[in-house]
Amino acid sequence: MDYREIISGIKNKLPDFNAISSSQSYPDEICLKVSPQIFKDTCFTLHKILSSPVMMLFALDERKERGCFVVNAVFVHPKSSQWIIVTIDIPQENPSFDTLAKSIYSASLFEREIWEMFGIKPEGNPDLRRLHLHDEVWPQGNFPLRKDFSKMNAGNLSEYKFGRVDGEGIFEVPVGPVHAGIIGPGHFRFSVAGEPIINLETRLGFTHRGVEKLFEDKICNNVVGFSECVSGDSSFAHSLAFTRAIEKISGVIIPKQAEYLRAIFLEFERIYNHANDIGGISIDVGFSFPAAYASIIKEAILQLNERLAGNRYLKKVNTVGGVLADIDEAKRLILLSSLKKIKKDFQELARMLNASVSFMDRADTAGVLKKKTAEDLGIVGLVARASGIPGDLRKYFPGVYKDAKFKMITQESGDVLARLKVRIFEFEESLRLIEEFSACLKPGEQVKVNALVRSGSALGYAEGWRGPVLYWLKTDPNGLIQRCKIVDPSFHNWQGLTYAVLGNIIPDFPLCNKSFDLSYSGNDL
Amino acid sequence: MIYILKNRFLKGVVTRHIDAGLSKDMGAAGLELRSLIRKRFGRSLHIRQVDTGSCGACESEIISACNPIYDLQRFGIQFVASPRHADALLVTGPISKNMLIALKKTYEAMPQAKFVITCGDCALDGGIFKDSYYVGARVKDVLPVVLHIPGCPPDPATIIKVLLAFLSDLI
Repeated sequence: MDYREIISGIKNKLPDFNAISSSQSYPDEICLKVSPQIFKDTCFTLHKILSSPVMMLFALDERKERGCFVVNAVFVHPKSSQWIIVTIDIPQENPSFDTLAKSIYSASLFEREIWEMFGIKPEGNPDLRRLHLHDEVWPQGNFPLRKDFSKMNAGNLSEYKFGRVDGEGIFEVPVGPVHAGIIGPGHFRFSVAGEPIINLETRLGFTHRGVEKLFEDKICNNVVGFSECVSGDSSFAHSLAFTRAIEKISGVIIPKQAEYLRAIFLEFERIYNHANDIGGISIDVGFSFPAAYASIIKEAILQLNERLAGNRYLKKVNTVGGVLADIDEAKRLILLSSLKKIKKDFQELARMLNASVSFMDRADTAGVLKKKTAEDLGIVGLVARASGIPGDLRKYFPGVYKDAKFKMITQESGDVLARLKVRIFEFEESLRLIEEFSACLKPGEQVKVNALVRSGSALGYAEGWRGPVLYWLKTDPNGLIQRCKIVDPSFHNWQGLTYAVLGNIIPDFPLCNKSFDLSYSGNDL
Repeated sequence: MIYILKNRFLKGVVTRHIDAGLSKDMGAAGLELRSLIRKRFGRSLHIRQVDTGSCGACESEIISACNPIYDLQRFGIQFVASPRHADALLVTGPISKNMLIALKKTYEAMPQAKFVITCGDCALDGGIFKDSYYVGARVKDVLPVVLHIPGCPPDPATIIKVLLAFLSDLI
């Protein structure tokens, strides 16, 4: 399916549709430029015909070059393995656009982000409270992602308004930002009637560090390290999505050997995190022996990472044009023998959990996220797969996963047990994939090519362990980054948690939370 | 239950000796330290960790330091859930503007005779985030920091070594 078919598909549903320009910028990327008047209807039609949530929605400040702001909405079309980007120009005086959020819920958080960062108003959006820039410390009227922003000007501070549930016998329980464990900061406000939770409002943004702005005006090759520090437990997926975006812009094809190595490291990142979460879920029901067992497995994988790639969290492995760490024959043998041990330990762990009735009783039917809710919220990745939504970038854009016959894991029930099972099965599948990929390695082959960055824009992506990690990049002719938009799957999925806990009791919240295990820093950026 | 017991015996003790450079025999030095901590802090040293904007890697390594392999607890060092129980505050990450108040309040909530440790390169001076519009103060501008654990992230062995070396000097 190329862009002409997409356009005729939209025209069938939306007779008024007329694109200002349309192009197939890359084999996996279609760009449609439309007028702001039909932006909302075009996005809604695409959302329906592709059955894709809004994967990204973000703005750019091009007032200096072209005298306008730009807003892009990104959708994914799994069947044809393509991303579809709808773009509009917005005049710089009183910038605004028609809200998508009223017809496509998955756009609402993105619109709040555009409003706080650029001051472009999503006209008609009922909720314009700020997400990352907290009202208590950041005055109104400062839009940090605008190009002419240099420093914060003093102004009015205010207080955040939480949604409130009123009624007889309703209690509010505020939790955070500093939590009881060794974990990131976030604020949760529970409204409870007796034991069950009837509303949960999350307020995040506590780890906001302005990462997107930091990328700007930097040379691509120098800032791979930034992407690795967006979310420390997915540093490889982030650097992979970032480098892939640059590679698309510069038009280089990376060596096959590097493709395999990247896939191996991506799977290693997945399994150490899955082991960590399986342990976390069992500790949150007070079952500490399997948790200790899982932490031994995690440590074994981290140590293997260090031996293979020189870094426990796979930092400094990816580079523009390939990878910096090769797996030679000696390392391959270490890899295979370690995998064998890890596999055995993991089977013991899974058996231990399966054999415990009290554990299963806690996990079963706790924290259900229904499929319909998940679809409406635009939930992605592992959590979506546990709620019966088949979606995995390794399936949509297979690459080397095709020959390895990658099998996507889904579950239907959407509860803690389903998310646990997805993790267990994915762990086993990843072990198989690593073995397959390592058999394809040819020691001594080239693992890196040089890439010359040109001017352009592209979408880079990788299926991290939580879900799709997306980087949209725009560079100028000198190869400096003009705009870098990052979307971590946590940004979509935090909303899912607030629905999954409803009707559960507060003591089950840590369990539900751990079964999602979302990133604070990846969400807050 | 029997299955778990069986696994417990099959797995045995996985704890690793930490070659700390403190002493040739870390086991003995650790025990000595433990008895010192016992005397000085009244049983054990309790640490409260606060993330002020870290990426999560430092947290992951701190948790790893408490796993059965590194087993930080054997030296009498515990991570606690409340600042009210803590002797020391361990700060990770650059200070995001949003976390500044929470950090100060956490410190104020700790009982007297308390000290602050920073963990990871970001916590020292903001690290790669120091030029950001949302990262201002350094931890040492806000709180009296007595120790820094370097690394991005510091691995569990480094965390333990630096902590133990500091404590044995202190005590």
